[in-house]
Amino acid sequence: MKKKKTSLTRKRAITGFLFITPWLIGFLWFYLRSIIMAAQFSLSELTVNPGGGYSLKFVGLSNYLYAFRAHGTFKQILTTSIGDMLVDVPLITFFSLFMALLLNKKFKGRTIVRAIFFLPVILNSEAIMGAMNIARSLMVGGLSSSSTEILEATSNSGVSIDYYIQMFTALGLPETILVYVTGAVSRISDIINASGVQIVIFIAALQSISPSMYEVARIEGATTYETFWKVTFPMVMPHIITIIVYTVVDSFMDSDVVDLAYTTAFTENNYGLSSTMSLVSTVITCLILILVCGFIQKRTFYYN
Amino acid sequence: MDSNTKSIITTGFKNFMITLFRVIVLVGISYVIIGPVLGIVSRSFFSDADNYNSMVYLIPQSPTLERYKLASETLDYIKTVSGSLLYSLSLMVIQVVMCSMAGYGFARYEFPFKKLLFGCVVLMIVVPTHTIMLPLYMTFANFDVFGIIKMITGSSVNLLSTPVPMYILTFFSCGLRSGLYIYIFTQFFRGLPKEIEEAAYVDGASTMYTYFRIMLRNAIPSVITVAIFSMVWQYNDTFYAKLFLVSDNLVISKKIASLESTIGNVYKIYDPNILELYLDAGIVLIMIPLIIIYVALQKYFIEGVERSGIVG
Repeated sequence: MKKKKTSLTRKRAITGFLFITPWLIGFLWFYLRSIIMAAQFSLSELTVNPGGGYSLKFVGLSNYLYAFRAHGTFKQILTTSIGDMLVDVPLITFFSLFMALLLNKKFKGRTIVRAIFFLPVILNSEAIMGAMNIARSLMVGGLSSSSTEILEATSNSGVSIDYYIQMFTALGLPETILVYVTGAVSRISDIINASGVQIVIFIAALQSISPSMYEVARIEGATTYETFWKVTFPMVMPHIITIIVYTVVDSFMDSDVVDLAYTTAFTENNYGLSSTMSLVSTVITCLILILVCGFIQKRTFYYN
Repeated sequence: MDSNTKSIITTGFKNFMITLFRVIVLVGISYVIIGPVLGIVSRSFFSDADNYNSMVYLIPQSPTLERYKLASETLDYIKTVSGSLLYSLSLMVIQVVMCSMAGYGFARYEFPFKKLLFGCVVLMIVVPTHTIMLPLYMTFANFDVFGIIKMITGSSVNLLSTPVPMYILTFFSCGLRSGLYIYIFTQFFRGLPKEIEEAAYVDGASTMYTYFRIMLRNAIPSVITVAIFSMVWQYNDTFYAKLFLVSDNLVISKKIASLESTIGNVYKIYDPNILELYLDAGIVLIMIPLIIIYVALQKYFIEGVERSGIVG
């Protein structure tokens, strides 16, 4: 009897393995091998042979040293990319949570509004986005994409943003917070465009909260504010990690570091340096993800 | 006025304020999203005179279809668009079948190192594609399977500038965002009740039959989500298309990048402001198929994403 059971488990294990085999082959062949190759490239000088193929010359850490010490723009672009990411991720997370809360209620025209909010995901192409940015700046009265344009617009309409900034500084608000807020306001259109998928994930999370919890909260006499912090927020907490991983990877995908690595490889034909750049940025992204996710995971309440 | 009516009035006022706030925020943000699209559509009808008339805003005085005519001729519109739709559609089908299989395996079967392997799926989502772009480029520039091709023909094959690399990658579920799709499918299959499968087994269905005829049928919400994501992202993708030098005739979003310069050279138009109008028309042309797909499937899509197990 016992023997039969083990053989059934084994049979199921083999079937399961067969289901993932194509993916496993692909992962080993294209991902794992590529990551190892990228590490190898970053330690070597790569020359493409005229007859096809390439040869590697081991040069140690010189690519890394060059990228950090001698390269003109790498360090600067890397730090601005990471800085942008660190600014954008919390903004996108909270903005999409806020929008999901608004969109979750039943109201007339909800389908249309949700459709509009998802539009940026559909039109998420380099060419379309580029043209949209031009159109945005040409639409007089619309939201412009850069903070200098906002400054111009506000000064023309008689509202001086500097005046308010000074006012808030005088009130004793730290300047970093002000810079953050004005930066956030001026990037609002970018943030809206980047949060389509996140909003939908949050709506789904909100809908998976059992109504009985709200009922209990209401009977116990909790206010809307308390209900949000004691019921809604803890229940969507586990999904914040998914959102952060998605947002970080998504924002890194079209950051300037990627462009720099791309041009270094295919315009300057410096494959080793390009691999170094991508590896360094990837390792930094992963470190940030691990830190942030570890931090959140500790504070997350899991219902099940 | 007793306290009861007073409280009714205050709650009524409060509700009204909340609704007003919601309407203002939603209308404002919808405008931010729709605004540029409207701008592009209206500018694509502008004539030269409209473009320089600063009184003209959104509604052209003398609308013209000239932009569309030249843009569609230069893009070779019907041919390119059907080519790219076919390309992304076929990749989408492979993507759905292969990723759902991997997801099913992870969700329903126990095998050694399962946790570690699922960690690899997460790794696929986290590692940005640009890290592996160079090795991938090299792999497909000198393509070979354990030296077999070299043994037969004497040299490895260069698969670049054909769509083959993309098909190979997608077949082994390593294509555009495959990690995310495997993750979605795994979460969804985990949520399905085991009884469905057990009933099928008791009735004597084979594993493959159960999977294709019963499990996939039940996974329709996630299948639709992945299908549309994959279709749209593939249609819009320029990263892999540029990396593997896929022909412009299969990737319309790549062709649009050179539209302005091609029109400028062929028709001797040197004014960048006018050339931009042609680009606008081209953008509208490549958006049309996406909008049609989106409007047709919009209802299934958004609700599908909600039920598709991204949230688990």
